[in-house]
This record gives sequence, C-alpha cells and structure tokens, in this order.
Amino acid sequence: MSTEVQEPIVAPGYDNESVTRKITDVVLTRPVHRGWLGGFAIAFLLLMMFNYAVAWLLYKGIGVWGVNIPVAWGFAITNFVWWIGIGHAGTFISAILLLLHQDWRTSINRFAEAMTLFAVACAGTFPLLHLGRPWVFYWLLPYPDTMGMWPQWRSALVWDVFAVGTYLTVSLIFWYVGLVPDLATMRDRARSKFLQLIYGVLALGWRGSARHWKRFHVAYLLLAGLATPLVLSVHSVVSTDFAIAIVPGWHSTIFPPYFVAGAIFSGFAMVLTLAIPIRKYYHLEDFITIKHLENSAMVMLATGLMVAHGYLTEGFMSWYSDDKFEIYLTLNRMFGPYAPAYWLLVTCNVIVPQAIWFKRIRTNPAGLFVIALLIQIGMWTERYVIVVTSLHRDFMTSAWAIFHGTRWDWMTLIGSLGLFATLFFLFLRVLPAISISEMRDLVHKKAKAAA
Amino acid sequence: MKSPYSSATASLNFARDEQEFAAGASEWPSELSRRKFLKIAGASIALAGAGCTRNPPEHIVPYQKQPEEIIPGKPLFFASALTLGGFARGVLVETHEGRPTKIEGNPLHPASLGASDVFMQAELLTLYDPERSRALKKADQISTWETLVGEILAAAQKWKTNGGAGLRILTRHETSPTSLDQIHRLLTKYPAAKWHEYEPLGASTTGAIYHFDKAEVIVSLGADFLCDPIAGLKYTRDFANSRRPKNGAMNRLYVAESTPTLTGAMADHRLVMSPAELEQFARNLEFGSGSAKRITDDLRAHSGKCVVVAHELEAIAHRINDSLGNTGNTVDYATPQTGGRDLRELVDEIRAGAVETLVIINGNPVYDAPADFEFAKLLGKIPRTIHLDLYANETAELCGWHIPEAHELETWSDARAFDSTATIMQPMIEPLFGGRSRHELLAALLQDPAASSYKIVRAFWQSQHNSADFEKVWRKSLHDGIANFQLPIANASAPPPSAEISNQKSEIRNSLALLIRPSAQTLDGHFSNNAWLQEFPGPFTKIVWDNAALISAATAQRLKLESDDVVKLIFRGRSLRAPIWILPGQADDCVTVQLGYGRTHAGSVGNGVGFNAYTLRTSDALWGGPGLQIEKTGDSHDFVTTQHHWKMEGRDQVRVGTLAEFQKDAHAIAKGDEPAPREDESLYEKVIYDRHAWGMVIDLNTCIGCGACTIACQAENNIPTVGKEQVQMNREMHWIRVDRYFAENASESWTSHQPVPCMHCENAPCELVCPVAATVHSSEGLNQMVYNRCIGTRYCSNNCPYKVRRFNFLEYDANQFEQPATRKLMRNPNVSVRSRGVMEKCTYCIQRINAVKIDAQIANRAIRDGEITPACAQACPAEAIVFGDINDMNSRVRKLRASPLNYGLLAELNTRPRTTYLARLQNPNPQLEHA
Repeated sequence: MSTEVQEPIVAPGYDNESVTRKITDVVLTRPVHRGWLGGFAIAFLLLMMFNYAVAWLLYKGIGVWGVNIPVAWGFAITNFVWWIGIGHAGTFISAILLLLHQDWRTSINRFAEAMTLFAVACAGTFPLLHLGRPWVFYWLLPYPDTMGMWPQWRSALVWDVFAVGTYLTVSLIFWYVGLVPDLATMRDRARSKFLQLIYGVLALGWRGSARHWKRFHVAYLLLAGLATPLVLSVHSVVSTDFAIAIVPGWHSTIFPPYFVAGAIFSGFAMVLTLAIPIRKYYHLEDFITIKHLENSAMVMLATGLMVAHGYLTEGFMSWYSDDKFEIYLTLNRMFGPYAPAYWLLVTCNVIVPQAIWFKRIRTNPAGLFVIALLIQIGMWTERYVIVVTSLHRDFMTSAWAIFHGTRWDWMTLIGSLGLFATLFFLFLRVLPAISISEMRDLVHKKAKAAA
Repeated sequence: MKSPYSSATASLNFARDEQEFAAGASEWPSELSRRKFLKIAGASIALAGAGCTRNPPEHIVPYQKQPEEIIPGKPLFFASALTLGGFARGVLVETHEGRPTKIEGNPLHPASLGASDVFMQAELLTLYDPERSRALKKADQISTWETLVGEILAAAQKWKTNGGAGLRILTRHETSPTSLDQIHRLLTKYPAAKWHEYEPLGASTTGAIYHFDKAEVIVSLGADFLCDPIAGLKYTRDFANSRRPKNGAMNRLYVAESTPTLTGAMADHRLVMSPAELEQFARNLEFGSGSAKRITDDLRAHSGKCVVVAHELEAIAHRINDSLGNTGNTVDYATPQTGGRDLRELVDEIRAGAVETLVIINGNPVYDAPADFEFAKLLGKIPRTIHLDLYANETAELCGWHIPEAHELETWSDARAFDSTATIMQPMIEPLFGGRSRHELLAALLQDPAASSYKIVRAFWQSQHNSADFEKVWRKSLHDGIANFQLPIANASAPPPSAEISNQKSEIRNSLALLIRPSAQTLDGHFSNNAWLQEFPGPFTKIVWDNAALISAATAQRLKLESDDVVKLIFRGRSLRAPIWILPGQADDCVTVQLGYGRTHAGSVGNGVGFNAYTLRTSDALWGGPGLQIEKTGDSHDFVTTQHHWKMEGRDQVRVGTLAEFQKDAHAIAKGDEPAPREDESLYEKVIYDRHAWGMVIDLNTCIGCGACTIACQAENNIPTVGKEQVQMNREMHWIRVDRYFAENASESWTSHQPVPCMHCENAPCELVCPVAATVHSSEGLNQMVYNRCIGTRYCSNNCPYKVRRFNFLEYDANQFEQPATRKLMRNPNVSVRSRGVMEKCTYCIQRINAVKIDAQIANRAIRDGEITPACAQACPAEAIVFGDINDMNSRVRKLRASPLNYGLLAELNTRPRTTYLARLQNPNPQLEHA
C-alpha cells in the first residue's frame, strides 16, 4: 500500500460527488475559455504550418530538408526519437506505478497517457515522412504480396515498426479501457442529447455493476502488465536503430538502457510541462498537488542521473576501446563544430536537473516548469548530437561534411509541437483529464482510512 | 527528334484520333490480302523509321563487332575521332539504334590507346546540349544557308578581280588534311586572301613528342604532361607503364613547379618554386649547378634514358635533352606543320582597315583572344563577318553572320593526332540542330556550295590515293579509325628551330606573379556549357561550378587574406575581381587563375560561372608573369567543394612507401595499423562464391587522379548533375569520386589521389540495415541496389563506412533542365534512370557484366579475363583500375590482389571489400633524401 506521505495527494474535503463535479465540469459545463481558445488557436496555426511543410516535402522530396551524404538522417529521426521518448512517461506512470501501487499516479495518469498517445502519433509521422518514397511505406510491413517479398528482418527499422506499432496499440487500448467508467459518468452527466449519444456509444454500455468493476480491474491490471515491458522494450528497440550500425557513436551496447532512462527522463519533463499549467488554469491544485510535482521531479532526477552516467560511460568506453574512430568521435562531439550542441545538452540534462536536489526548487511549480522545459530542449539536443555528430565525421575523412536544418526542418519540428498541442487542447475539452473513477476510489480509501 | 518508341505510339494515337476504332482493329477483314498486309506492314516500318532515326545515307563501317544487321538492344561501336586543340584523339562511339550513347577511346589510335579523359567523355553531353546553336542568323535575324551562299557568291565576284584582298579566314589550330587542302585551294584561288590560326591554349613550340616508357628519369619544369590535352593519354599510359616496379626498378619523376598539377602530385620530388626561381632552376639544371646539381647528376647517369619536359621553358628542355642524347630516344620532334598566320597580324590588319570579310571558323576570339587585342571592338570595323561554331557564343553575338556548326560526331571530317596519324571522322547521327561543317563553309567560299561534307572528305582522300583499291582502304580506314593511306608526311626527326629565351631576369622580383592556366574542367572555355564538367571537382581544390585565384597559405597570411575573400587582381594595367582559394602546394608569391570561366554567352549552364581570366591575359604574357597586385575588396564568395577535409587523420586511406622500403619488406607498406579480422572469426557460415567473384583493384601507384573515371561513369550510368546549390548541400551524385589528401606536414608537399567506387563488401554493412531488402548481395559477390524496391530510408548510406552511396534527394533527373528531348536520346538504355527518393551507387557496371555473360553463354564458352570492363576501368589512361573475376586463377585482378601492395580500405571493419587498392610507391633519389 501507499507509503506514508507528508503532503496529501488529494486535498481534504472532497467526496465522490465533488470530485466528479470538479472533473466533469471542465468538459461539460465550463464555457469555452478565452485562454483555451487562444492556446488552441496558436496550436492549430502551428499544425497548419506542419501541414504546409509536410505538403511541400511530399511535393518536392526529401531534399527540402538539410539531410545530405554523409548526414543522411537529420531532424526527422531526431524528432522521432524525441517524441517516442516523451511518449514513455505516460505508460510508465499508468502501468508501472499502478503495479507498484503508487496511488499518487492517479490524478496524472489520464493525461499522461493521452500525452503518450499524442507523442507517439507525432513520433510516428517522422519515420514515414523521412522516407525518400513515403507512399510505399507499407513495404515495411509483412504482408503477402505477389513477389513474395518480406521485410528484411535484420534491419532495426523493421523492429521499430513493430515496437512502435505495438506500443501505440497497447497504449491506446490501455488508455481507452481506463476511460470507459469515466465515459459512462460523462454520459450520465451530459445534458445534451448529442453528447449523451457520443459518450454513451464510447462507454460501451458501462453500467457500473459489480461484475463490470471486477472485469474492469482484471483487464486493467492485465493491460498494465502487458504495457510494462513495452516501456522498456520500445526505446530499447529504437536505440538499436543506432546500436546495430557500425557508425562510431552509434555502435554501442549501452544504448538500450541509456535510451530508456533518457525516454522516461524527457517523458516526465513533458508531464510536468503539461501538468503545471493545467493545474493552474483549471484550478486542479487540489488533485494535482505539490506532491505529484515533487515525485515527478524526483523521477526526473533519478533518470537524469542515469542519463548522465550514460554520457560518462560513452566517454570512458571510447577511451577504453582504444579505437581511433571512437576516440575521434568523442573529442569531435566535445570540441568539434557541434560542440555548442554537446555542451548545451550536458548543461540541460546533467547540470540543470541537479537543482531538484533542493526541496525549495522541487516544490516550486514555476521552477520545475523551467527545469522541465530545459530538459526537453536538452533531450532533443541529445538526440540531435547522437544522430548528426556521429554521421558528419565518420570513417572516411574525405566524406566529412556539416549538416544544418533548413527552414523546412524547423517548420516540421515546431509544427509537430502544434500537432501535439492541438490534440492535447481537444483532449482537455472533450474528455476528463483526470480519472474520475480512480479519484473517487482514492477519496473513498482516504475516507475509510480516516474513519 | 523522337525516339522509336514515342514515334510508334504517336502513330497509334494518330490512328485513334482519326477513327476511334479503325477498320480491322477488332477483327481481321477478309479483304485484307497478303499483299495489302505487306504494304501496311511496310508502311508502318517506314513510318517508324522516318521520324526517329537519323541514319546518314553514307556508308558507316562499324568497328570490331560487325553485325549481320542491327539488333535492337545491341550497341554498335564506330571509330572516329574528336579533336582537342585541333589534334585528333581516336574514339569508339557506342550507338544504340543510331543514338551515340557513350564515347570510349579507340585502342588502335596512338593518342588515346583506348583511354579517355574527362573532355572526351563529356563531349557526349555537348553533342546533345539543347543550347547548341540551332539557327543560322544574319544580324540576329534567322536566315538561310542559301541566302548566305548567295552573299558569298556575290562577294566572290569581287574576290576574283582583286585576288581576295580583304578576305581573311580565322580558324583554330587546324590539322584536318581536308580543311588544309580546302584552305590551300582557297589561298591559291585568291592569292591576296589570308589564313590565320588562333588556339587559346597554343601548341608546343618545339613539337616535342615524348616517350615516357623509355625514360627512367623524368624532370618536368612546370609541364603538366600527364594532363596534356593533345597527347596526355598516351603520356599517362607510358608513364604508368614505367611507374610499375619491374625487376626492382621504376621511373623517377622530378617536378619543379609553381602551382600544383597532377603531374606534380605523382612526383617523387616535387620542388615548389616561384616562376622566377623555376627559370633559374632550369638554367642550373642545364649546367648542373646550384640546387639542381644532384638532379643533373641523376639525369647524366641516365643519358639517353631520361627526359626533361617543359611548358614555357621548352628551349632549355630541348637543349638539355639534346645534350643528354635523349633526342631520338625519349623525345622526338614532329615536323612543324605549315600553319596559318598569327592572330596579331590579323589584328593589325583589321586596325588598318584592310579586312573586308572575316570568316571565323570554329572559335570564340571575342572571349578568348588576348585582352590587348580588344577583339570585340575590332569586329565592328569589319564590314562582313561570318562565324561558324557549335554555340552562338560571345563572338557570334558580334558577327554579322552566325552558322550553327555540326558537331564532330554529326559530320564527316578528318584530323591528325599529335604524331600526325590521320583519322577520318565519320558521323554517328545526322546533325541534331541542322548544323554545317567547316568543310561545307570552305566549299561555299570555293564556290562549290552544294558539296556535302562526305563528298568533300572522300574526294580529298581519293585525290591522295587514286587507285582501284580506294574503296577497300577507305573502308578499312573508317573501320580502324586510322587513315590507312600513304600520305606524304615528313619524317619526324628534324630538330626544330631552337628558340632563344630571353636572358633578362625578371626585374620586378618583389611583386607577385600571375600564372594563367587552363581549367581542368572547362579547359579554355570550350566546355563551359557542359554540366558534367562544371560539376566535375577540380583535382586539387575539389571546387565545382567555379574557378578560383589560387594562393599559398603563407602569401595569404602575409596579405591578410582568407579563402573566399574576393580580391581585385591588377595585372599590368588590367584588373579583375576574383575570389581566392588557399591551396597547399602552391608556391609563395604567385597567384594562379584558370581560364574557361566568366562566360556571358555560353548557355544557361555556363553563363556567369566564375570569373573570366582572359581579361588579364595579354599577348605578351599568355601564361602570366610578374607584376601582379592584389587589393582586398571586402566581399566574400561562396565556393562549393565536394571534399572539405584534406587530411587522412591517421586512417591509412592511402598507403605510401618508397621503393627501398618495398624491397626491404614487401608487405610492410600495405599493412595498416589494424589487421582485417580473419574470415573464420565470424559466427556465420562462410559464403561460397563458386562461379564468378567479381573484384576490382585500383593501383594508387599509377592513378594520376585525372577523374576520367568519374565522368565515364556519369556517362555510362545516366548519372544526373545536381547543380551548385545541391553540391553545396553535399548531394553530388558521382558514383566514383576521386579523393584528394594533402600531406599533413606542411613542409612536405605531396598530394595523393584515390578513386573511391563502391567496395562491394562481402560483409556489406549497408545490406544489413535496409528494412526492405533493397540492397542485397548477388551470388557473384556484387552488392546490388534494387531501385524499384528502395523506399529511401538512407540507413544504408549512414552505415556505409566509405560513403559511396548517393541519394536522389530531389527529382534530379527529370527537373533540372526540364529534360529536353535530346537529353533523353543520350541515355544508356541499359541503365535505369533513377527517380526521386531512391538510393543509388556503383554497380561495377552490371549491365556490361551481364552483356558479356549472355554472349559467353550463347557461345557456350567461359568469360575471358578482360572481356568485362567497367566504364571507369575502360576510361583510365593509366590502366590503374583492373576489374575481373577473382575466381579465375589467371585473371589480372586475382594476381593483383595477391600483390604485397594490395590492401582493403578500412578492412579492419570486417567489411571484406571486393574493391582493393595497391599502395603507392615513391622512388626518391637517395642523394636528395640525405641532402
């Protein structure tokens, strides 16, 4: 059971009804707020920019980006890995913390899961867009065709398709199953016929019977068990995109754990980036308490230290390997043309998170918000450094070259933030951002414990 | 022009348009007799043939492969010649159904010996250049040949009375026996007319012909003989043959020069010196004094088996060769041919108003004549100017008449090689843009305007050999690409007039010197509109789509200049803005500029590329001289290069050792830091290649880095050019590139060149990572790229340690020049054109492998060694690239792979490359080494 906590994970004075009203009101009764509208408008504009950049890309070809020979992967793969990493926190919170009976996860798991889905959706676009001929992406899938051609199973890119596909599927089901009781609540509370119909269909006939609840808990637990290994496997597989290559800076056995730690690190940063404004603007401080922020910050600190350990190990191994290519790579990262990017990532990912050691900072939402943003920048830069610096100076000195993103690269990156934000704004308006049923459960348990 | 296919479909469409369903389309009409059927069939064959093939009506005799009839899909090879600087270089032209698709050297021709250079290869693109001149023009209005002939005939009435006074013919250097005969007849007919010649790069003043295969010691005084446009292919072959160590000996090359040349890069001792020092050095060499003493000793020790070559100091070289007894052994002298008069004489006459009609045959003096002649202004003083050229160039713009010229592959002609060998040039295709040959223009001047080039050329040769077997000899001459006629050619041993060089020392010793050199890409400007050559990286700078003012690092530092700075070059009162480029190996205090850029009327490819160095070139300083000043302008220029890094960073890409080291321990030189893993170290089962195992060996000891392989590959494999902006983004498409490495130690000045095609690794890292199996291994060990299957993840390129894969980031092939119809004719039909989003790379010319395999299978015989030659190997003048079957016990490639000098590039990565290299050997003079 949950350990003794100093700060409450839900403010006192709530009962089933008030919890339900507080969460459903955000969707059902609150009028469209000017702040939401403004935020949505910006997000939507960015999404349109994304569409514009993608349309141009599909029309002209991959050459509108800055990729070249030797740096044949650039922003797209960086963005892919970054978004997939962000998508890790949701499942980590929902599944692993559920299995570990961390009750504090309750109020943040729903939107963390939504965040996961949207991040994976953003991530999923990049491997497709980065193809030279995106219209034949389905050749990556094993399907029976007249030529008897299957994917080439030794390639990590095929593993990626399965890893990301599985992750997306399981995350979606997990999120949806968790939503079902809440959708029923929404159905029951909605006043317009239309909303009743929509929520009613989505609620799959949930009546809240004991049998329903029993089946629900079993299914949810099983899905949590299924999702847990995925948290570790997805980014491990993604890391093999690099690790199976012979490129110095990629060819490394520490990549899977190091990538998973990095993913959870950036995922929690994104959770905080979203939770801090939401709790403020929707006045959910009672449900998403300082305790949540503090716990998330501590997960960030722990995974950040693992990532820092990864950096150290990489440096050490390149020296220890006595391989001229590896040694050159490490020195080039630190002091070569991309040195500013390297030191930026070290600052953001290693130095900045150390502030979390201080209680005063980790209980300060504004401070955590800034740290979380810096970590996200740092993690994007980390992937950029891994992708670009390894490629731009590999074995043949005659082929060395510099890569810079073009404006289309930047528009696609920033536009993908618009895609993510648009989905998230819509999510806030149409679905309960906090799990009602779990909150009620929590309030009930608290009341029982108090009694 | 239409392809056979498009014309066939066009006729189908026509039928459909006329009548939706023509009678007989769905069922066989009973009244269609056999006779009628044959008529229709015959008509459709004629229709299919009429619009699409431009087969000249004259006889063209195929070389080597004499087919019973043309088999579609089977190329035919015809012998002919292309001229450069007026001199013929024999070619074999591959034609597919009447379309020339590839140019190779003619093995029988002494100036090509089967090899080619970038210019010979790129001539194909010029042939199909849609921006070649298309219309005969009078004062910018489209006119007709007949109108021009009428005007000439009218003028001829006057010439008959005044003996042609005021008629002047200006040609480039002319070696064509037919042209010379025509000009001779013209001058006989009109004794007051005059013939002038101007060749911007000039020709050897002594007419020296070298035999580097017989020379054990070679000294070059600033002469880039390996890249000589006229005889360089032969010189390279001879040099390479004596460069390969035989019985523990190889030749020794000393090069004293001011600006890096490929010859200098091959030197055992490259002595960097300013032009003034070079002159002093040449004198020292002659008298065995000073700095040159030990080299003179070396020469004297090899009397009769050594040679001294020079560019501007030919007279000294001639005297040294004479005194060492080299004349007749390693150097011969061709009899100076009677040539036209000097351009200066013409200029004086124009200034004096003595010229009424100037006929400029094939040239661009407005652009390339010495700047002090101010030729553009002079043209305005001449009442009638007639200009014949492939392009409506700067000169055409200012001439009254402009006639589009037929390309050398489009018309009958003839020309002599550097050693006087004559070749009759036969057309491969009818003139694409209706051009005229210079023989037709000269015939018009001789008042025989109806004569065709064929008749003129044939009549000339018949007049030389008027006997019963003429037809037989004529046909054999066409077949061989060498005129098998006994022509009176004076024997080539008479010593030429020994030109005295001025003994006055350069007064302005402290100033900078200007060096004017031809460009390795556009030569003298003739190839400015050729995108293959514009995108061909300069051998040392690797700059594309530009020329640069080359300067040494020390001088740049002294003048506070950096690469990319735009400076004002002021040379003897003339000035020019040029961006500078710091080049290792350049002598201090001199600046090298290349000709051939800064064109204004070259075409959309060549216009505005680079700066025009001719504006600094005066008749008294054709190759530059002292007296240069540099002013910084503060502007900067964007150079684009294909190779940005110049060091090897200790990665042993090019392995170099001395002959002495080789003799001590043969295997030491090629041994890298780290050995390649053993084959049995793998967990995987060994793959057995039991039939063929293709492999390639590139000999860095003889490779001169000329880049003929790059352009030959581009022509063979339909490789697109991508333009300056795309190269700036590192997206050039060359399947075989030539890497260049400078010495890391500034005091050494060697440069290494290394051609890098696909290594066809047996453990190919690219294959492992492709998610759709678009790059796979063949049973013969080829690393194959399946374009149709490629989805463009580019993972293969990332994982390729050699970075030889090229990606179609954009639709390079279709969009760049809107794909004029002529470009489609140029394609090699046996190689797919790649679309956007697809990876491509060297295939070892799999189309050639398969063609030979099919032939061998039909004949039920084994493939002979050397039968399959990839385009790069075929072009290589040094025969440095050898391809073959490693499973064939007697193949050259197998023997070379067994050489102690053989090594695999980055073999320590366990890629097991099929392309391997032979380490480079140096043969330094031990006397100089210890000095």
